[in-house]
Amino acid sequence: MTLLDVSDLWVKFPTRQGLFEAVRGVSFSLGRERLGIVGESGSGKSMTGRAILRLIRPPGIVEADHITLEGRNLLDLTEKEMRDIRGEKISMVMQDPKFSLNPVMRIGDQIMEAYLVHNRVSRAEAWKKSVEMLTDVSIRDPERVMRAYPHEMSGGMGQRIMIAMMLIPNPQILIADEPTSALDVTVQRQVLDIMDKLVKDRGMGLIFISHDLNLVAEFCDRVLIMYAGRIVETCSANKLHEATHPYTRGLLNSLPRFDQPRKHLDVLKRDPSWADAPSEKGHA
Amino acid sequence: MSDVTLREWLLSDAPTSRRQARFASLYKGWLNFRSNTMAMFGLGILVFLLFIAFCAPLVAPHDPFAQDLANRLQPLGTEGHVLGTDSLGRDILSRLIYGSRITLYIVTLVALIAPIAGLLVGTVSGYMGGWADVVLMRITDIFLAFPRLVLALAFVAALGAGIENAVLAISLTAWPPYARIARAETLTIRSSDYISAVRLQGAGAIRIITKHIWPLCISSLIVRVTLDMAGIILAAAGLGFLGLGAQPPSPEWGAMISGGRRFILDHWWVATVPGLAIFTVSLAFNLLGDGLRDVLDPKGSNQ
Amino acid sequence: MSMIAVNGLDVWYGDGRDLVHAVRNASFMVAPGESFGLVGESGSGKSTILRAITGLAQNWSGIIEIEGQPLSPRKRDREFYKRVQMVFQDPYASLHPRHTVDQVLSEALNLSGFKGIDRRVSQLLDDVGLGGKFRFRYPHQLSGGQRQRVAIARALAGEPDILLLDEPTSALDVSVQAEILNLLTDLREEHKLTYLMVSHDLPVISHMCDRLAVMKDGEIVETLTVTALRNMQAQHPYSRSLLEASVV
Repeated sequence: MTLLDVSDLWVKFPTRQGLFEAVRGVSFSLGRERLGIVGESGSGKSMTGRAILRLIRPPGIVEADHITLEGRNLLDLTEKEMRDIRGEKISMVMQDPKFSLNPVMRIGDQIMEAYLVHNRVSRAEAWKKSVEMLTDVSIRDPERVMRAYPHEMSGGMGQRIMIAMMLIPNPQILIADEPTSALDVTVQRQVLDIMDKLVKDRGMGLIFISHDLNLVAEFCDRVLIMYAGRIVETCSANKLHEATHPYTRGLLNSLPRFDQPRKHLDVLKRDPSWADAPSEKGHA
Repeated sequence: MSDVTLREWLLSDAPTSRRQARFASLYKGWLNFRSNTMAMFGLGILVFLLFIAFCAPLVAPHDPFAQDLANRLQPLGTEGHVLGTDSLGRDILSRLIYGSRITLYIVTLVALIAPIAGLLVGTVSGYMGGWADVVLMRITDIFLAFPRLVLALAFVAALGAGIENAVLAISLTAWPPYARIARAETLTIRSSDYISAVRLQGAGAIRIITKHIWPLCISSLIVRVTLDMAGIILAAAGLGFLGLGAQPPSPEWGAMISGGRRFILDHWWVATVPGLAIFTVSLAFNLLGDGLRDVLDPKGSNQ
Repeated sequence: MSMIAVNGLDVWYGDGRDLVHAVRNASFMVAPGESFGLVGESGSGKSTILRAITGLAQNWSGIIEIEGQPLSPRKRDREFYKRVQMVFQDPYASLHPRHTVDQVLSEALNLSGFKGIDRRVSQLLDDVGLGGKFRFRYPHQLSGGQRQRVAIARALAGEPDILLLDEPTSALDVSVQAEILNLLTDLREEHKLTYLMVSHDLPVISHMCDRLAVMKDGEIVETLTVTALRNMQAQHPYSRSLLEASVV
């Protein structure tokens, strides 16, 4: 079942040298699955995620045939309707929890606010629900965390709290933009496991944006590889290591590997034709 | 360079000489600045003011000091006196034109003295830290704790009335905010990697402050100075108004308002016209400052 | 004799109630021409060790020796900086935003007391694979990888023996990381450099280094060779968990 369908999405920014096209005609669909979008910085992967939520501010321009969610084209909605979509239908987790949490509000108040915005219940009810959510993201002492301020939390804790907050309104789609890049490797794994469990249990769709090929290969069902604003290759995640596009191959080979020590790493040789080839369709 | 235009040469992303790199970054700043209409408007007024001040003898229709008691307090639009005459029959337009020289003189001197003093104190205090910081910042606090005009009054009273002393007094009261800004900037710059890197090259404190910290502080100071210009002009006018700045018969704008004060009910233009001149120039500096902030702010959009 | 010898190093920040012990009793040796890695997660104190060696962190006790000469806690003379240089983590923060590449390198050469700076600047740029057309650019006209090359050129300006590398590729894309790591490999061979490299990325460290120390909460929990690491011979449970998280 298709939750979200994006067709021919363009994101452009006017600059002095003319129009800069960050995303160039990307089409894909998302079902109840974990879809990974990988690429290097500047490949347009983050812009794609933001464009879906209409978070690109002017002078940035977003154009698309349609971005359809439940039969509604998100591009036709008013800003007010869009606010209801954000959070209730689609949530987003950003890279660094430090910048996403309000530093002068207690964590409990922030989570409860997120809940109360979408539900008409008493504060006691909201408190109970928030504690439940924190327990769901494997926070051991949720009552204490509810009373704490964001700066008292470690990066991994902060990111788990963000995930809890984003999932409270029970969205259908979660967009996670490099959710674990700011975290240590051992913590990374825990956060991913939690996210994975929640997404599976609730039957949500997940768009996982990352630069880390190995992470995506392991964690997602399907992968779109972006280069210069286009999708150059799509494949199922467990076949990522058999990818055929020279760009994907180049990225994979440029990683240092434990099992194959060598003096020099392979260097990616960029072919201008990759950027010109039409975008692949990322439909399941 | 025959087959490239000057514009292409300036906008090249791969400059081939020190000179081209410098000109190119200036030119890009100018392009940024030019796209800000209000700032260009402010710059236009100031260029016009400069021109007027420079060519005062050629532009002014009359001698600013020539008295003509028969024609005193003529209204606006009088034949030969477009902006009327004051209580001694002197042509107000000519006095305004010559007065612009005094205004520019004050502004230039203050703009040279106050920010440089502030920059020195602020960066040294911020970079050195410890005792130097404590001592310099407490001195700054003491200066900040006085009401500005009152402190200036005290200085002028002690040193004697006159434009030079007014400038000195205004500068002495104007530097502490610049020191504060420079120190705050220095504190963030000091802990950055590029300062650590140059310290690891073995550079000393003086070199780091003058070559690495100053260039980054100066832009925010320039912005702040242009925004403060209005205040400086007003302070100078205030001192002139109180009779402690420029002395009669000097056509300083503040002194002109002060002179027109007695007739303000019957002959409003005598005080209003120099007031409007002060207003226009102050506004121009503010607009310019806003535009410069967009161009010079290193954290801004030059990326 | 070892190139770098660290013995019983303690580093702390702040004082009184805010005292934070960033490094406790760290000891390791790096042989001349060797490449030694420090691995650990954020806050493990690995970068702090580099800052203590360079004098950027001044509150430390213990012994740090460079070629047998002990360093004093505070003062470092120019001779020291000619021998030991550092490459920082974030190439976007380690270059002065208002200085061209030319200015950055000329100043580094100047401070090292070289003559014939013009020729040497082009030589340095060639060494790090940038070439002359980048010479007069400002940092904002360069990509992350190009900036890191400039930072490496700056570190090489004084012809040092030891290069301290603080996560030199963690802010870069993997394809650029490969280029920078290859460059560092080549430079080490050409200039007979000794590397002390800090990273959170175990595959990167094992690619670049001969031996490594694993750090956790300010302490070195284990020192081993990369070969032993590859053969999964890590003893300490933390090294093992780090290894498991890094191997796919």
